[in-house]
Amino acid sequence: MLSSTRPTRRVAARTLQATAGAAVFALALTACGGGSDEGSAEEDGPITLKVATFNDFGYTDEMLAEYTKEHPNVTVEHVKAATTDDARSNMTTKLAAGGEGLADIEAIEVDWLPELSQYPDLFTDLADPELDGRWVDWKVQQATTADGKIIGYGTDIGPEAICYRADLFEEAGLPTDREEVAELLGGEDSTWEDYFAAGRDFVKESDAAWYDSSAGTFQGMINQLPAAFEDPETGEAKDLGDNADVKAIYDEIVGSVDDDLSAGLEQWGDDWVAGFQNDAFATMLCPAWMTGPIEQNSGGIEGWDVADVFPGGGGNWGGSFLTVPASGAHTEAAKELAAWLTAPEQQTKAFETSGTFPSQIEAQESEAVQGFTNEFFNDAPVGQIFSTRAQAIEGAPYKGAHYFAIRDEVTNALNRVDITKSQDAEESWNEAVEKAAALG
Amino acid sequence: MAVLTPQRPAPGSGAPERESRRLGFSQRLGRWDVKLSPYLYISPFFILFAVTGLFPLAYTAYVSVHDWSLLGGQGEFVGLQNFSDVLAQPTFWKSLGNTLSIFVLSSVPQVIIAITIAALLDQNLRSATFWRMGVLIPYVVAPVAVSMIFGRLFADQYGLINSMLGVIGMDPIAWHGDRLASHVAIASIVNYRWVGYNALIFLAAMQAVPRELYEAAVIDGAGRVRQFFSITVPQIRATIIFVVITSTIGGLQIFDEVRMFDATGLGGPDRNWMTTVLYLYDVAWGNQHSLGRASAVAWMLFLLIVLIGVVNFLITRQISTSGAKSRPKRKSITRGNA
Repeated sequence: MLSSTRPTRRVAARTLQATAGAAVFALALTACGGGSDEGSAEEDGPITLKVATFNDFGYTDEMLAEYTKEHPNVTVEHVKAATTDDARSNMTTKLAAGGEGLADIEAIEVDWLPELSQYPDLFTDLADPELDGRWVDWKVQQATTADGKIIGYGTDIGPEAICYRADLFEEAGLPTDREEVAELLGGEDSTWEDYFAAGRDFVKESDAAWYDSSAGTFQGMINQLPAAFEDPETGEAKDLGDNADVKAIYDEIVGSVDDDLSAGLEQWGDDWVAGFQNDAFATMLCPAWMTGPIEQNSGGIEGWDVADVFPGGGGNWGGSFLTVPASGAHTEAAKELAAWLTAPEQQTKAFETSGTFPSQIEAQESEAVQGFTNEFFNDAPVGQIFSTRAQAIEGAPYKGAHYFAIRDEVTNALNRVDITKSQDAEESWNEAVEKAAALG
Repeated sequence: MAVLTPQRPAPGSGAPERESRRLGFSQRLGRWDVKLSPYLYISPFFILFAVTGLFPLAYTAYVSVHDWSLLGGQGEFVGLQNFSDVLAQPTFWKSLGNTLSIFVLSSVPQVIIAITIAALLDQNLRSATFWRMGVLIPYVVAPVAVSMIFGRLFADQYGLINSMLGVIGMDPIAWHGDRLASHVAIASIVNYRWVGYNALIFLAAMQAVPRELYEAAVIDGAGRVRQFFSITVPQIRATIIFVVITSTIGGLQIFDEVRMFDATGLGGPDRNWMTTVLYLYDVAWGNQHSLGRASAVAWMLFLLIVLIGVVNFLITRQISTSGAKSRPKRKSITRGNA
């Protein structure tokens, strides 16, 4: 299961198909407020729709009861898996078995898309002209298969900002105010060089490292390459040995590891969790949902803040979709429910209950999101910050069937240098190249 | 019923048709009862085994010769391609080495510690049941929970063990960086869980040892240690063989502990603690998504376990027959277990 055994979330996406996509979205209707269209195809008899999600999508019982009130013949049953792992193995097993036992609506994570979109026939096409313009464009692109089918309605996204420890910044003589920090890291057109340069200044004055994990940082950087490991035309994997873009990123990170910018921790590992309490690092790449884990791990630590800046342009990490498996008995009704659940009104409520940052443009602009502040992060206006960060995202990178396999090899190479220190940079890279070639 | 058997009427005898047939049927029924009943009584096990053991085994063989992806399902027949693909992956060989290393590091101390604890529990202790249940407690804890607790102990930077080493002025050990260190850490998780269980099995065997032997030994002037090696160990040989074989099978299938040893759960960036079972999992559900290759791994692992089992059996049979002669009962147990 890739490496996402813990709540690791990653960005994935499907073909950009720039021209076709642009044409479709040029037609986007701006009006798409209400979700529920009473008159659509629905059987008369009472039906039960099962919705399977994981972690916390913010779909409360009250919300689902509301749907039943509007559609008296539909009862909604909500099944929650504890982890994305459980949900994924459950779903893939049942899909492979012909769809028996699947819920009418299955939530999926963006990481699963490169695999699932190879089998578009397993899902109902959710394309609906009425919903054009509901989501940020790249969110729709992610769930669009090569043959133009939309297999999922977007729920939340993970626009990335930089989270930092103001107290450690102060000790090291760096500015602490979030606007000044954003400027320090390069402001509007921040680059990774700016970010690492600030880090080099920081570590001279501090015992703490600059960032938590080189693999996490790599993840943020690699997501800004439009097609990191594969040729979008053919879907074939590029030779990692000749991949200058990836090698440049690798070298930049390895260089920062040499300068002690990395805390050498593995994200979600025990040391990483303990690192929050031990002032191990001062900054983190911070998708909207990461504010939750940071707060949970930092009990008693004060000083976390969020700066409205991200090196190298915007970046997205994670996010989910609702799909309707084609094998379901009531796909039409399920499609309608999925559209309703992912409507701006419901996603705004979900944001209020569980903090999942909405992918719907209207929801992002809503009062509830814009006015949202996070007390733990020094009352930072996180709603506003992450909305700006979401707008900075230019598109979704191409991720095909080989993407995660190759990316994991490079991540392993970084971890060999950064965490286990078992190899030097060149040796480790060569091993990654070798292993990536063996995958083919 | 058997007495009736010879009376079955010969074909064409003068007896009235109807009566003879009825007699024949009840006789036949009786014969079936005698012949078939025992098989019927034990059949539930074999039927269950066929459904849950034999069929998956055969089906895995079938899958292993096909191109078979996790979601796409059955593909073309590819012969032994999956096997050669797997054999060509260096990670497979590394995983075999890891498995054997972790197996040796866990099974050997496990058996030695378990037998020692059992010998201690076999003494006249106050509230013996309390102590005996006490050693079983780690076995009751779910392996994942055990692994999470040990994960905190064996964390590289902020783990309890490395902190304590720091207090006494020693360098921290790279539990996740050094290959051998990671194996020791994982083996200790396995041992923690299984020592108590094995100790209880040894204890049960020790309690069946006739006490007269010890009395005789005491009269002969043997000390505790001498009694242990000259009476206890030879007397519980069959049980030792049983424990060795079960812990061998278990040791070659370690999964939970390695899966939980770090956040990624795939044996670390060097695949330093990826066992073969974990490798199998990664091949099927990881990036390769190939149930075909995973089945090939499963079959090779099966053959490896059979091979090691046979070696085990031959060695331990050597031990059990070289001892005292009067143990026909135990020998049969040995054969059953092997």
